[in-house]
Amino acid sequence: MRALLILLEKEFRQVFRNPAILRMMFVMPAVQLLIMPLAADYEVKNVKICVVDYDHSSYSQKLVNKITSTDYFTLVDYTDSYEKALNYVEHDEADLVLQIPSSFEKNLIREDEVSLFLAINAINGVKANLGGAYLRSIIGDFNRDVRLEWLQLPRQNPQPAITIASINWYNPLMNYRFFMVPGILVILVTMVGAFLSALNIVKEKEIGTIEQINVTPIRKYQFILGKLIPFWVLGLVVLTIGLLISWLAYGIVPLGSILTIYVFAGVFLISILGLGLLVSTLADTQQQAMLLSFFMMMIFILLGGLYTSIDSMPIWAQVFAKFNPVSYFIEVMRMVVLKGSTLYDIRFHLLKVLIFGLVFNSLAVWNYRKRS
Amino acid sequence: MKQFIFFVRKEFLHVWRDKRTMLILFGMPLMQILIFGFALTNEVKNTRIGILDNSKDETTNAIIQQLEASRYFDIVENIPSNSQLEPAFQAGSIKLAVVFPENFQEHLLHNNTAIVQLIGDATDPNTANTLINYASVVIIDYQNGLRGQAKMPFSINTEMRMLYNPQLKGSYNFVPGVMAMVLMLVCAMMTSISIVREKEMGTMEVILVSPIVPIRVIIAKMVPYFILSAVNIGSILLLSVFVLEVPIQGSLILLVAECLLFTITVLALGLLISSIANSQQVAMLISLMGLFLPTIMLSGFMFPIENMPVPLQVISNVVPAKWFYYIVKNIMIKGVGFEHVWKETLILTGMTVFFMVVSIRKFKTRLE
Repeated sequence: MRALLILLEKEFRQVFRNPAILRMMFVMPAVQLLIMPLAADYEVKNVKICVVDYDHSSYSQKLVNKITSTDYFTLVDYTDSYEKALNYVEHDEADLVLQIPSSFEKNLIREDEVSLFLAINAINGVKANLGGAYLRSIIGDFNRDVRLEWLQLPRQNPQPAITIASINWYNPLMNYRFFMVPGILVILVTMVGAFLSALNIVKEKEIGTIEQINVTPIRKYQFILGKLIPFWVLGLVVLTIGLLISWLAYGIVPLGSILTIYVFAGVFLISILGLGLLVSTLADTQQQAMLLSFFMMMIFILLGGLYTSIDSMPIWAQVFAKFNPVSYFIEVMRMVVLKGSTLYDIRFHLLKVLIFGLVFNSLAVWNYRKRS
Repeated sequence: MKQFIFFVRKEFLHVWRDKRTMLILFGMPLMQILIFGFALTNEVKNTRIGILDNSKDETTNAIIQQLEASRYFDIVENIPSNSQLEPAFQAGSIKLAVVFPENFQEHLLHNNTAIVQLIGDATDPNTANTLINYASVVIIDYQNGLRGQAKMPFSINTEMRMLYNPQLKGSYNFVPGVMAMVLMLVCAMMTSISIVREKEMGTMEVILVSPIVPIRVIIAKMVPYFILSAVNIGSILLLSVFVLEVPIQGSLILLVAECLLFTITVLALGLLISSIANSQQVAMLISLMGLFLPTIMLSGFMFPIENMPVPLQVISNVVPAKWFYYIVKNIMIKGVGFEHVWKETLILTGMTVFFMVVSIRKFKTRLE
């Protein structure tokens, strides 16, 4: 026990005397939480549209006015050359080209049917899809207006109609930041924990100070615990800073209890630090350790469901997600912060992450050799 | 010159003998292409939804069957009562709930109107939106089936054509992004760390007092990473053409030339970092925070730049990866020629020269 305490004192001293680590603890949360949610905005808006109007009729004018009066679309140019419009797309100045044929108004009224032509820059598939869908729904609205103008539709619908009422729970304003910020908090804790712990033992190896520890009577588990506890504390400090920033900057107050978050974070940190320490015992140089942990973190984070939902991933990725502590933490964070889930709701998540923690840490202890 | 070649050889051996690092360096692009190509989609499918059917009649059954048949949804739960709704969402087992009120069929057939309620879990707003849209489409389809096909007068049809990416594949967007990320990692991070390592270990001193021109030593350190990156560029391009089926529309030579230009930009950045940092950990931090994060966030490949607040849009202009991403996207996917990307190439070249000059001037031949 005494040996452990002394080790802890040494580790804490080392941390507090290293300005780089301290800076990282404060700068990382600030940068990530203040900039990332601003940048990570997937909402589709400001779709740049170019209208090619061969008709120049009052209806085509009305349609264009209707489109530009929404927030989604900004009109880049109103022209009568398709070539010119395509040129805009080629230069990324327009995302969408709407072509109105020359007898649009005439055909609409005389023939009862007319076609509009839409060309979309689809390099970004999501944006193309959503932009196209918005535009079609606006055209659909326009179509209804036209019909109402010409036909007197009966008030009472003679045909069966199902009304669809939709509600958005937990985030009625559909604020994308409420979704991103808890996830980013997880990334933050993960990165700080994994990198610090991965680099730590390796650094001692590289500098040679590990030799000194190897000749002392310190036990293997004491050594690993001595490394684990300081970073565990640091991880929770970073989490606290992150929670404060998300409260001050975005007004996000967890619906569930803060205690639940800390309990889960505590368990999660044990497992992620264990992983870092394992990397650390595997690698010989800091460069290796960094690359290895970077590689793992990248996979964990990308497949953890921060940006894209795990449900829509292929089976192999879904299976992997079951062994990924980060994906559990992201899910739990969102559940507790936005839905107010309790410890009881997340009990299985907690149990699984605890098992990961035990496995990783025992591997780290087992793999740490006091002989060189 | 001979001296220089010897040094290049030495550095090569260093990199080559570290098999673990080599494995990761070559595995990284492979893994990223796999993940981005196959795992990360914004497409919604097989989403778990719950049904609360208070009516339990033929109509609701038919609608539920159609929902189940759709590839977007997996019905996981029949929720028995209103009070069970909230717990189902809280346990995270469903993302959408479809609620039918009592006597649904009766209302629909006698009053010609009935209400179905869709409750989305908007913790993820985009998914909630998409799910509600898809479910609405299924329900409207069912309703149109009831009505039979009557042609509406005065209809406007829309024909859509997707340019450049008719299958709406996500790969088109991220292949250039993965390239930028891998180059950042291999060139900037690895180079800067391997230089700083000499400082940390004290071997830099030996080099500085030797008759070799120090900058040559540094350049010799970059050569292996430059070659590694060239190999990686090749493998990413091969993978994207043959595995992801993203064709290279424009000139291959131009594309490779631009990639090599960006490699040099990033190497210069790595050199700059190594002249600032004194320990490997600091070098790593700077390259992570200063290079990697901005590359992911502000280059436009993960998040659309036009959605960002204006200050961030302005900042994004100094991120080299943004320009690289633009160039590669245009050459590879749109197939445009040099006349369309010369401005961006010029900017990138300017940045490269600037970083080179600054880092060489900052490179100290003395120890403090």
